Amino acid sequence: MSRKVRLLSGNEVVAEAAIAAGCRFYAGYPITPSSEVAAVMAKELPGVGGRFIQMEDEIASMGAIIGASLAGVKSITATSGPGFSLKQEHIGFACITEIPCVIVNVMRGGPSTGLPTAPSQSDVMQAMWGTHGDHPVIALCPSYLREIFTETVRSFNLSEKYRTPVILLLDEITGHMNGRVEFPDIEELEIIDRKKPTVPPDQYYPYDTSFGDVPPLANFFDEGYRYHVTGLNHDKTGFPTINPELIQADEERMLRKISDNLDDIIKYEEMNLDDADIALVAYGSTARSARAAMDEARAKGIKVGLFRPITLWPFPEKGLLKVAEKVHTIIVPEMNLGQMILEVERIVKERAILKGIHQVDSRPISPERILKKIEEVTK
Amino acid sequence: MTFPYEDYLRNEKLPLLWCPGCGDGIVLKAIIRAIHKLGWKKDDIAMVSGIGCSGRTPGYVDFNTLHTTHGRPVSFATGIKMVRPDKHVIVVSGDGDATAIGGNHFIHACRRNIDINLIVINNSIYGMTGGQFSPTTPIGINTSTTPMGNIDPAFDIGQLAIAAGATFVGRQTVAKGLMLSKMMEEGFAHNGMTVIDVIANCHTQYGRRNKLGDPIKLIKFLQDKAVPLRKAEKMKPGELEGKFVTGVLHKVEREEYTDAYERLIKEAKGQGGK
Ligand SMILES: Cc1ncc(C[n+]2csc(CCOP(=O)(O)OP(=O)(O)O)c2C)c(N)n1
Repeated sequence: MSRKVRLLSGNEVVAEAAIAAGCRFYAGYPITPSSEVAAVMAKELPGVGGRFIQMEDEIASMGAIIGASLAGVKSITATSGPGFSLKQEHIGFACITEIPCVIVNVMRGGPSTGLPTAPSQSDVMQAMWGTHGDHPVIALCPSYLREIFTETVRSFNLSEKYRTPVILLLDEITGHMNGRVEFPDIEELEIIDRKKPTVPPDQYYPYDTSFGDVPPLANFFDEGYRYHVTGLNHDKTGFPTINPELIQADEERMLRKISDNLDDIIKYEEMNLDDADIALVAYGSTARSARAAMDEARAKGIKVGLFRPITLWPFPEKGLLKVAEKVHTIIVPEMNLGQMILEVERIVKERAILKGIHQVDSRPISPERILKKIEEVTK
Repeated sequence: MTFPYEDYLRNEKLPLLWCPGCGDGIVLKAIIRAIHKLGWKKDDIAMVSGIGCSGRTPGYVDFNTLHTTHGRPVSFATGIKMVRPDKHVIVVSGDGDATAIGGNHFIHACRRNIDINLIVINNSIYGMTGGQFSPTTPIGINTSTTPMGNIDPAFDIGQLAIAAGATFVGRQTVAKGLMLSKMMEEGFAHNGMTVIDVIANCHTQYGRRNKLGDPIKLIKFLQDKAVPLRKAEKMKPGELEGKFVTGVLHKVEREEYTDAYERLIKEAKGQGGK
């Protein structure tokens, strides 16, 4: 099978990469601009012995992928805006039960039905805080086709490694852009599978922290390893508890399994920051415009660099702090009315002047608009 | 010979948290008896539930058990069955869980005819949240949210399941535990979507608010409304007013969903089929 280089859209790349990562189950409900992920999965999964199902809504899709993952099969769902809202209760269920799964949200304008065919980045806070209760979240946001491939694979790896849902954020531009994609060598891809129990069934507990903050996970139907899973707060055996000490410790552990592994989870790209006076902080498709604006500014002799978070949550705080120490101004262009700039502000504080470009008019933020802002702050 | 319930129970989890006399315990026993008769291995069974008193059932049985969200257990069960069609999947739900918040999942699982065994413990009220009316509460009944009597027309869960496409549909009351268990045995063995509407007592909520607070009194009250299918077939429609029909209401053969998907896999891999 020689399919190393192909012409694909971002959404199609997600599906191809998911299968390469070992995903064998998709459940979803059609919604623009995410539907191509489902179409490719429906076509390709049966051929690799996987299964696809179009459910009755997004809530059911999310339930189905959690069920399938618990039965031992890597699973994914893809959606956009309204569908992402519907998935939230079950994303929380996956958080508290610590069942790996991947949720793709191809962001479109909102709130409500909003702008089905226009790009947006207005779900970045929802990705962190969408479901109720305290919970850890990993959210990744690639900018380039090849990166969509690697970050999709990484979504599965992180979800398996940390027993947590991972949210992969695309937007209408990154999801629909077509291009030549050079596939990484599938044999050389790093694929991580969930840690299985090493103890016999009678000593197994699904939330046993004696092996670290990420307990090994037996699959449903593994011989002898019968256990209970509930969305209620539970003890190490998986059964509900109302013991205050156990609840506090468990909720803190769930956050810690992410916060203690930031170096493994966080990924970002830095360009031209060594001598920069101005830094652009941009993610997803907006980072593509930011990069173009940076190049034009550099050509005009303005020292601009780009800080591009690929992991949005947890946010690359340490990396951004170093940038904030160096530059006098940070510009955050994003297709929302001011979301990630809040996180940037929390980190940067008084270290640099902060300027936002917040555009939600259905059009992508142009390099010209970013360049104009750069020139404004240079004066 | 006493029946070996303890082989299937997580005995350390007893006593049950349900109110004394609750019909949920009768359903639990009936399920275990049916599984024992079928000889299913505990490792091969997943029991899934939603939220409510009924939702606590899986906690007591020594299977692979999953207590999900309110109304959505069938969606989780669908994911499990899709990837492990060789295993047995049982869902225990309440009338609110299955037909109010979960109504959409209920009808679509029936339509697909996926081999899930759905037991709806139908006590015609929201037990856990304090006795609000449900989609199966009869007209006129007092609940905490119908203080002047219920005006919402009720669903007939059996008819709903049949219309939606389930291929095995039965109804029985908790007064007939052994018959219920026999029905489950037949329904569990059936390859396709099985729905069993179990008419159950919630004397604590439904009973207390309607002068039927004693479990035996309420179970008798419910049983008096039950008309076995054979008898019902000879009655005129008007005579069934205020009553419900019990027995296997519907049993047909139609391709099961994961079997159909297996065909797709074979076809995609180029083995057999066209
Ligand atoms: C999304 C959501 N809405 C509401 C609730 C609150 N709630 C818990 S159980 C329940 C009703 C239970 O009634 P039923 O399904 O008939 O089961 P029973 O308790 O009678 O067995 C409700 C409304 C919830 N847990 N989740």
